[in-house]
Amino acid sequence: MRKLTKCLVLTAAAATVMAGAAIADDAQGSVYYLQFKPEAADQWTALAEKYTEETGVEVNVVTAASGTYESTLKAEMAKDEMPTLFHVNGPVGLAAWKDYCRDLSDTDIYTELKSQDFALKGDNDEVLGVAFAVETYGIIYNKAILADYCALDGAVIADASEINSFATLKAVADDIQARKDELGVEGAFTSAGMDSSSDWRFKTHLANLPIYYEYQADGIGSTDAIKGTYLDNYKQIWDLYITDATCEPGLLSSKTGEDAAAEFALGEAVFYQNGTWAYGDIKDNEVADEDLGMLPIYIGAEGEENQGLCTGTENYWCINKNAPEEDIQATIDFLKWVITSETGKEALTQEMGFVTTFNSIGDEYLPANPLVACANEDIAAGHTPVAWCFPTMPSEEWKNGVGSALLEYAQGTGEWDGVVSAFVDGWAAEYAAANN
Amino acid sequence: MNDKTMRKYSPIFLGPMLIAFTIGFIVPFILGIYLSFCEFTTVADAKWVGFKNYLRIWGDASFVHSLWYTALFTIVSVILINFLGFAIALLLTKKIRGTNLFRTVFFMPNLIGGIILGYIWQLLLNGILQQFGRTLTYSGTYGFWGLVILMCWQQIGYMMIIYIAGIQNIPGELVEAAKIDGASPSQVLKNVTIPMVMPSITICTFLTLTNSFKLFDQNLALTAGEPSKMSEMLALNIYNTFYARNGWEGVGQAKAVIFFILVALIAVIQNKLTSSKEVQQ
Repeated sequence: MRKLTKCLVLTAAAATVMAGAAIADDAQGSVYYLQFKPEAADQWTALAEKYTEETGVEVNVVTAASGTYESTLKAEMAKDEMPTLFHVNGPVGLAAWKDYCRDLSDTDIYTELKSQDFALKGDNDEVLGVAFAVETYGIIYNKAILADYCALDGAVIADASEINSFATLKAVADDIQARKDELGVEGAFTSAGMDSSSDWRFKTHLANLPIYYEYQADGIGSTDAIKGTYLDNYKQIWDLYITDATCEPGLLSSKTGEDAAAEFALGEAVFYQNGTWAYGDIKDNEVADEDLGMLPIYIGAEGEENQGLCTGTENYWCINKNAPEEDIQATIDFLKWVITSETGKEALTQEMGFVTTFNSIGDEYLPANPLVACANEDIAAGHTPVAWCFPTMPSEEWKNGVGSALLEYAQGTGEWDGVVSAFVDGWAAEYAAANN
Repeated sequence: MNDKTMRKYSPIFLGPMLIAFTIGFIVPFILGIYLSFCEFTTVADAKWVGFKNYLRIWGDASFVHSLWYTALFTIVSVILINFLGFAIALLLTKKIRGTNLFRTVFFMPNLIGGIILGYIWQLLLNGILQQFGRTLTYSGTYGFWGLVILMCWQQIGYMMIIYIAGIQNIPGELVEAAKIDGASPSQVLKNVTIPMVMPSITICTFLTLTNSFKLFDQNLALTAGEPSKMSEMLALNIYNTFYARNGWEGVGQAKAVIFFILVALIAVIQNKLTSSKEVQQ
């Protein structure tokens, strides 16, 4: 038995020595970036390679597959080679990861911020996260097909600009749906797919609107119990999405995000709820860039004629304070380079198409993304942007509950009451569970 | 070789295996049980909370649902897979032309990974269901039968091979003697073949039982638990609790411990039951 123990100890010692040697090699530090956006994966990898070429510092970019960021992060954080740079999606995401976030107040990404609103603060006012991109979503529409529609006899509108309320939107969508063969489309809206690659458009982004209006009405910015004042409006718009659509409601559960993007990109549908990030998926197809327009998501709330697009962020950079000191420094240097060097600015804005939040990246760097242009036009037109309230949703579980209830309602296996209960009761329950 | 040299050299031969077993099994297993009593974000920063996680499990309705769903699935698939596997094995031990080809064909699905199979069957089944304006994730029932079909397709071949080996091992004179005594084919089957392949039945029911209970990849790829977790089986439920819910990691771990106890218990009972029916030649 003593021999056996000796063997074990020796093996363990050998392993430690080998591990130690591996660490010693890396004295200059390296960056491990666990990236959130699959659509920007290749661009980040390319940018990291350029940085390594320039400075010799190794940057490893890993992108989690769509919908698996939290689980990937959880697994990676438990390793010795943990991510040095990662994302949280806002206050709720931060609550889970705050023990891993380094105070960023001495870093360039914080000092260069255009506004304090883009910093995510901890309990003691320390800066734990920094937003790097602002995004906008709404109902993307195909100007060419909508113009064709307006030219039809008896069209309910003469010009796209007349759509400024839910009532008009519904009238137009219903009419397009009824005359889809005349227009050569499959439906007014793209499929409201409830596959996990697409369901966030409805359980998170669309759900933002009733939450936003309720917060506005109550003059609050977050809540531990939602009342669901605007859930009837939520129902209206959801009904519209599933009725005036390219597919039967019974098929929604397996429709993916790619399906919807393809339908829109190939001109089979006129309206497509998504954001500025979707440009990469729809460009270079049937729809010309100049035919891309964006409408606010009208849900029939009061005063919605002035409602703008939904603009906000859920992309916060956090630096892992448990990483080795030299890796943290390497990460800070890398991020500085990303937001100040020509290569970095070019990549962030032109290749990835982000509208950034840093002073160091001037207006000349606005991305060549027609959807971003739409967003800017909307602000210029004096509309009030709708804030992103969904980072205050109590948990992923809440979103899943709402999503499942929406799907069951859509395919007729559940009632709208299910959505109401998932929305209101689920909120209170999940809030309590997350803050027990 | 005497005892002394055995003792002297045993660490050299047993050591590597012991180390591997410790690193690969004992340590994670103990760590897993320890974690089920902790609250944590990543496994490296656990805080002891006692039995809290075990109590929280019962507040989670999805666990109870997936438990029954899995149990039902296991019963149906164990019966179907073993019945069909045995039937095909019987057919393919008769002297039919092309037996070997058929055996290969039936065995093939086993060589394909669960995730890939899941996606392939998702395409196939959705393609059919589309005709009726439905999809696999329309309700838990569609997912259930989808999983049953998929598992049958994948596992029947494997069980068939084990049954064939069992049937071929039956001494020819036993069957012959039965026939001379005037036994009909069904009597031969009931009184000779089945008792003689009892060891194979033990193995096959054990394999299908534990496989069905622990099913994960096929479930993830085929329905991912949709809709509303109605087609979520135990393993996937544990995975989702652990990874998809912040603050529930410990609960997921506690579920996993309960899951282990359940599977172990069922396997032991099943083994006792079927092996008691085995006959010695």
